[in-house]
Amino acid sequence: MERIIYLDNGATTKLDPEVLSAMLPYFSEKYGNAASLHAKGIEAKDALENARKAIAKSINADAEEIIFTSGGTESNNFALKGIAFANKEIGNHIITTKIEHKCILESCEWLEKQGFKITYLNVDKEGFINLEELEKAITPKTILVSIMQGNNEIGTINDIFAIGKICQKYNVPFHTDACQSYTKTELDVKKMNLSLVTINAHKIHGPKGVGALFIKKGTKIKKWQHGGPHEFDFRAGTENVAGIVGFAKAVELAQKEKHKAYMTKLRDKLIAGTLEIPDVILNGPKGDKRLCNNANFSFKGIEGEAIGGYLDSYGICSSTGSACSSIRLEPSHVLKAIGRTHEEANGSLRLTLSRFNSEEEIDFVLEKLPIVVNKLRAISPIYKVINRVLKKSD
Amino acid sequence: MYSKKVIEIFKNPKYAGRIKNADAIGTVGNIKCGDKIQVFLKVKDKKIEDIKFQTYGCPAAISTSDTLCKLVKGKTLEEAEKMTYKDIIEDLGEVPKIKYHCSIMGMEALHKAIANYRKKVRK
Repeated sequence: MERIIYLDNGATTKLDPEVLSAMLPYFSEKYGNAASLHAKGIEAKDALENARKAIAKSINADAEEIIFTSGGTESNNFALKGIAFANKEIGNHIITTKIEHKCILESCEWLEKQGFKITYLNVDKEGFINLEELEKAITPKTILVSIMQGNNEIGTINDIFAIGKICQKYNVPFHTDACQSYTKTELDVKKMNLSLVTINAHKIHGPKGVGALFIKKGTKIKKWQHGGPHEFDFRAGTENVAGIVGFAKAVELAQKEKHKAYMTKLRDKLIAGTLEIPDVILNGPKGDKRLCNNANFSFKGIEGEAIGGYLDSYGICSSTGSACSSIRLEPSHVLKAIGRTHEEANGSLRLTLSRFNSEEEIDFVLEKLPIVVNKLRAISPIYKVINRVLKKSD
Repeated sequence: MYSKKVIEIFKNPKYAGRIKNADAIGTVGNIKCGDKIQVFLKVKDKKIEDIKFQTYGCPAAISTSDTLCKLVKGKTLEEAEKMTYKDIIEDLGEVPKIKYHCSIMGMEALHKAIANYRKKVRK
């Protein structure tokens, strides 16, 4: 197979070989059910609880506050629906933002149909919420604020510490979806006054199908998946022991500070090099308020899926927010929320790094990308028109 | 998602470009949906003597535009008018269903160009 340069780590990541090694015994000799009382069960239970402790420690939580789930989508669904139905006597209002992951937005739309009221906060042109707007949106009927930490498309890291302070002031539970930001930026549930946090494994070189929801002690939440009393009776179902062991190992490996610095260096090189191409804009902020592994651009006059398709033929894996590539033929809701035009959203390309990428790979991308962009612009019926308009406004 | 053939044509379209002093141009689509296709025609003795396209869109839009040009070059206007997007899909082979609209747009651009040509000649 030809060389693959994997720059779609926002979608999923490669399993770290050390994670795989840690998991393997739990598929073979350590096959017990963690709920069983015999030796094989205790073996599995010990592994499960050690993983829980390690993950709890990584966000400054207690072990009993970590509930393992099947991933980010389940954790987010559980957080929103579980809080909504447990607190409907107190109020029916939830605050979120326009740039959340679809599993938050779709859950909110469903809750609206069940009679809940949702406020979708605006974001500025870099993807940041306005703290005053948040404070004004809180009413006595507000039962939850759910705001993601790091945005999956444009990399914006919202100020979870400041948002937590506001939620504390009004005594409203605060949930954050930290799937993209976990281990890439600080996450401390006590310091940030968080009641609920969604994290998962496959964005950090762990296995797919494993996630967790942090639920602060005393939080009123309704059980959503019924059956046995697993996970402190919050979530029924036999635990995915191998996956959970892999999750904990992935966290241990990802936490190393040097990875952050390394990815930041590659990211900044990629951004600077790409911005040298004419008529390109960066989507999302620059600097330390951007996820260390995220770059997202809009190329004028060409369509993102075409750019990605061309890069794919060189073995470079990317993604786009173009309408063309989505099943609904709608451009990215995040790019629309930050005020990008349809054309800019359709011309978007997301490149997301990992610690496994090399500087040499970034050089290769920066060599190929201008060629691809020029080729597509040469056959675009709109690029020259845009260019003329640009020149006029100079 | 795409077949090798679609990608190959997308990367090396033979009919991409503009025709200077084209006898007619047909344009369809808009940037909002992510597709815009423009077809340039040169007509001689009621036949399509030359055809070129410019496309803003995904790999499917570009490769179906190119295939369209290949299929109709040398055909009479009447023959070209009778063609449908199915002829493009058939020639290209595997195209994802969700991308059929790209070939429909290409055919519309061609038919628009022919209609524009007929209007011009009548005057």
